Amino acid sequence: MNELRELYREVILDHNRSPRNFGELENADRVVEGVNPLCGDRMTLYVKLGDGRIADIKFKGTGCAISVASSSLMTERVKGATVEESMRLFEQIHDMLTGHGAVPESLDKLAALGGVREYPARVKCASLGWHALKTALSGENDRVSTE
Amino acid sequence: MSASAAKPEQLGKITDIGSLRSRFPALAQRVRGKPLAYLDNAASSQCPDVVLDAMLEQQRSNHANVHRGVHTLSERATEAYEGAREKVRAYLNASGTDEIVFTRGTTESINLVAASLGGALLREGDEVLITHMEHHSNIIPWQLVCERTGARLVPAPITDNGELDLTAFERLLTERTRIVAVAHVSNALGTVNPLERIIELAHAAGARVLVDGAQAMAHLRPDVAALDCDFYAFSGHKMFAPTGIGVLYGKRALLDRMPPYQGGGEMILSVSFEKTVYNALPYKFEAGTPNITGAVALGAAVDFLDGIDFDALAAHEHDLLTYATERVAALPGARIIGTAEHKAAVLSFVLDRVHAHDVGTVVDSEGVAIRTGHHCAMPVMERFGVPATARASFALYNNRDDVDRLIVGLERALEMFS
Repeated sequence: MNELRELYREVILDHNRSPRNFGELENADRVVEGVNPLCGDRMTLYVKLGDGRIADIKFKGTGCAISVASSSLMTERVKGATVEESMRLFEQIHDMLTGHGAVPESLDKLAALGGVREYPARVKCASLGWHALKTALSGENDRVSTE
Repeated sequence: MSASAAKPEQLGKITDIGSLRSRFPALAQRVRGKPLAYLDNAASSQCPDVVLDAMLEQQRSNHANVHRGVHTLSERATEAYEGAREKVRAYLNASGTDEIVFTRGTTESINLVAASLGGALLREGDEVLITHMEHHSNIIPWQLVCERTGARLVPAPITDNGELDLTAFERLLTERTRIVAVAHVSNALGTVNPLERIIELAHAAGARVLVDGAQAMAHLRPDVAALDCDFYAFSGHKMFAPTGIGVLYGKRALLDRMPPYQGGGEMILSVSFEKTVYNALPYKFEAGTPNITGAVALGAAVDFLDGIDFDALAAHEHDLLTYATERVAALPGARIIGTAEHKAAVLSFVLDRVHAHDVGTVVDSEGVAIRTGHHCAMPVMERFGVPATARASFALYNNRDDVDRLIVGLERALEMFS
């Protein structure tokens, strides 16, 4: 029961109920579609860049609470951040989700995502948006899959 | 010994289905601190004691290769393996053991027919008719052979309650249709298809029929002679046996004419670099050392099922499905996906406020195992406009208490996500 509360912390439930930066972004420089084949979840991430920073970012799609909240928290955090900072953040989140090391204090609100470590089947849900972000910032391709 | 001390089998088949639960050791465990309520039987069902015992005994005392050695262990292994084949034959009412091919499972059985029969039979312009409710395993093997041969894959539509649209099916069945491949029971919707009618129509059109029986075996007892299907495919792990073993039943006349699927040991009579003479049926289709222990376990599962009164089983499962459907439908925002008139004990549903994956995680914390996701039937999810569903699927050992436990979990999910 405690593990369940750790997974679905209030901040997660809140961002699932009312996702921030949800919707389409006109004039986006990068549009990345993320799919989680296991769940059938789909999300599209829109990123507008300017002066080496994420000038604006939005997402839309369907997904479970973990996936929606993770993307919502992500957009909230990286909006206005430099591309370099955002890529570093991706690495930190990736390490946290896959269970390497302690959760850095600097993650602040994002530390709430750490609850998925007890639920290996849900790690992909939490990482979907972040993989889409990494792809968008690397400009590698326009489609990302958690498989 | 008095006359009343007759062996159980002499007293007839088991009608007290509720008594069978104690035969499944896995069900006695606790999960996340709660007694396990296992409702993911459409994915894999648990094994009864007799199946577990048979596996252990085979590995402990008879582990050797089959059809090879003259030594005692090899003879015992061969006897056990071929004995299992005979059990399956008798259970399905096939005319001979040469019509029973052991495979890794339903998927391999279908791939075998698609590659071997499909490869030999299909030409450009021919069609393979399936339905919109098929599992990916009864779609992709046909897509692959269609790509190779230039044939076309045609899906027959389903209705809003998840039944095959028979009128449309009839219309799509033409002289171009060479093969019809259809599920006996839908894994995502629970729909039981009208096989007799489908097979009759397909044969009248000159098509061969493969039945994907993966979801049927735990609930129904197919009689391949009465059905007159050309192929019937199923998996052990969905009928109280382990993973890695399955069966392809095929009519002798067809199997005989089909080219081998895989090459290797066992499937040959003689080999030279110039020419290989293939072995007789069913060995022509069993290249390599087979899953002997799996086959023996499947034989034990067949014996177990053979001891059960299927009318009593149907009544038990019907009660569970009706009860579960009523309880789930009464939850706020619940929608049942798949409401066919003739259904197996499979309940797919969505809650409008909670994503299926979150449902799965929350009920797991209550010790309740269900499946969530697209159930390897993405076209079905698309048809009903949902990315995923939660699915509770029942087996003979489940009871109303399991349903109540599921409801407790679902209520908790609703409360959490309100």
